[in-house]
Amino acid sequence: MKVIVCVKQVPDTKGGVQFNPDGTLNRAAMLTIMNPDDKAGLEAALRLKDEYGAEVTVLTMGLPKAEDVLREAMAMGADKGILVTDRVLGGADTWATSTTIAGAIRNLEYDLIITGRQAIDGDTAQVGPQIAEHLGLPVISYAQEIKIDGDSVVVKRLYDDGYHMLKAKMPCLITALSELNAPRYMTPGGIFDALQADITVWGRANLVDVDDSNLGLKGSPTKIAKASDKVRKGSGEKVNLDAEESVSYIVGKLKDKHVI
Amino acid sequence: MDFTLDKKYEMAQNLFREFAQNEVKPLAQEIDENHRFPRETVDKMAKYGFLGIPVAKEDGGQGCDPLTYVMCVEELSKVCGTTGVIVSAHTSLCVDPIQTYGTPEQKAKYLPDLASGRKLGAFGLTEPGAGTDAQGQQTKAVLDGDEWVLNGSKCFITNGKEADVYIVIAVTGTVEKRGKKMKEISAFIVEKGTPGFTFGTKENKMGICASSTYELIFTDCRIPKDALLGQKGKGFNIAMHTLDGGRIGIAAQALGLAEGALETTIEYVKERKQFGRSIAQFQNTQFQLADMATKVEAAKLLVYKAAMTKAQYQIDHKTSYSVEAAMAKLCAAEVAMEVTTKCVQLHGGYGYIKEYDVERMMRDAKITEIYEGTSEVQRMVISASLLK
Repeated sequence: MKVIVCVKQVPDTKGGVQFNPDGTLNRAAMLTIMNPDDKAGLEAALRLKDEYGAEVTVLTMGLPKAEDVLREAMAMGADKGILVTDRVLGGADTWATSTTIAGAIRNLEYDLIITGRQAIDGDTAQVGPQIAEHLGLPVISYAQEIKIDGDSVVVKRLYDDGYHMLKAKMPCLITALSELNAPRYMTPGGIFDALQADITVWGRANLVDVDDSNLGLKGSPTKIAKASDKVRKGSGEKVNLDAEESVSYIVGKLKDKHVI
Repeated sequence: MDFTLDKKYEMAQNLFREFAQNEVKPLAQEIDENHRFPRETVDKMAKYGFLGIPVAKEDGGQGCDPLTYVMCVEELSKVCGTTGVIVSAHTSLCVDPIQTYGTPEQKAKYLPDLASGRKLGAFGLTEPGAGTDAQGQQTKAVLDGDEWVLNGSKCFITNGKEADVYIVIAVTGTVEKRGKKMKEISAFIVEKGTPGFTFGTKENKMGICASSTYELIFTDCRIPKDALLGQKGKGFNIAMHTLDGGRIGIAAQALGLAEGALETTIEYVKERKQFGRSIAQFQNTQFQLADMATKVEAAKLLVYKAAMTKAQYQIDHKTSYSVEAAMAKLCAAEVAMEVTTKCVQLHGGYGYIKEYDVERMMRDAKITEIYEGTSEVQRMVISASLLK
């Protein structure tokens, strides 16, 4: 059984957020982590490795330094790492990203693709399902539990008001929630091995069946008008009133602002 | 000379830090108060290979080096001195001598279980009448047919009742050295559960309260002839060499305690307000933090240097790391005691309350000046190398 896990290096929310002049994130200048939903997806794949001997390949698209996230995944137990990096792929929105990743995955054999539900930087939840669409695969999103049943997967898919139990024949794509599991730690020996391991690096030339018009910033239908860090609010207005007076004061303010 | 950490050490440090924050810190106060050995943490550390860091992969270990191991003890000790010493005593005092002196059979029998953490290790040298003066040993081992018969007791043994495999030092006869009769000392591997091997009282300690510190008692305890570790009569050398390594582990524990106390205190002084200002704005606070950070950094360089010298020994089996280890332990232990005491002072009354981590850290720090060779012994080792 072969499993591909797509992971993304995202800004660590503990560090500051930095922007490029064009409004995109300045990823090179920020502290980074493995996206939490992706890490849960990786853990799910590693459990399939523990249980069924699955071979786990991690794939990421990003700057050369995104290699770090692959090495972390390998230190946790993934077998292979593939970095898709190329200047022409930069500034990609979800469409260009999913096109690129699908183009890379067309080189590989797989039974299952696992992605995180969404990344904490973009929060779109679009890339996983789009990859499935490009590759013509069934997709099960919001996986809270994954089990293998012969040549199929049985997935508990989380919804607001309950869950669905879905069964799909492999190959298929699953998007994972961070609630899926508690990802394992790396091991010290795993780290030493992962830093010795070869990482496969692919560029534009390695992408199969993709059109340049769908890649990078130029191939991205999403245009960012403006992005900013959160703006500090003023100190506000302080009033000292008793309980009843303060209720009518607040209601008055909310009416003034047409909130109620 | 390059003082930047390689990527592998940086990643390992992040791993240990994350593990310490998530798995160790939440228990630190409770296990200290209840004097409860954190078995669940040991199991988790076993799962992630923390109990076999500097052990070769073919022996079931992680295939890393002494510096990685030191970083593990350091990061654990930043949040819990007890957890740090569990790993240190197991790795340096039990796994290391088997790795260094064990026969191929002994290595095959013990290392995979110890390095994977399925079994925990301990080391028994100290006796009621023999601590620093190893010649004062009373525990005897007498060969009787195919078995050694052990009689005597060992005290203050870390991981005492929780361990499965013990390195035990005992007198096996007398030898003449320069016309003087001396005790012949040998080392043995003893397994828990061997008839005649029991535990005495549990020590009620000032610090590292969750560490299992027991007396080991041997009463006609029969162990196989091949339980002898290294050559007969080489036990003193084995014990001293083992302690050289152990000192690097304790130095890392002391370093972690100092760093942990300093980090906690930096956060505290920014929050704590007196006379309308945070106490971080007072020059007294600032200068004390500066002095402490400088001393901690100096200790860290000595500890890391000792670990790297030991790594060199593991390659060439020649390089001595005895003085480096003694300097690292002397410095780190004294820095730990000074820094944790000052951190308590900067916390004021709150520093004396058990709810605040620095209270425990100060109690934990004291032992690092005492065990695995007191600071006075470290000074003897260092000065002997200067005056030889």
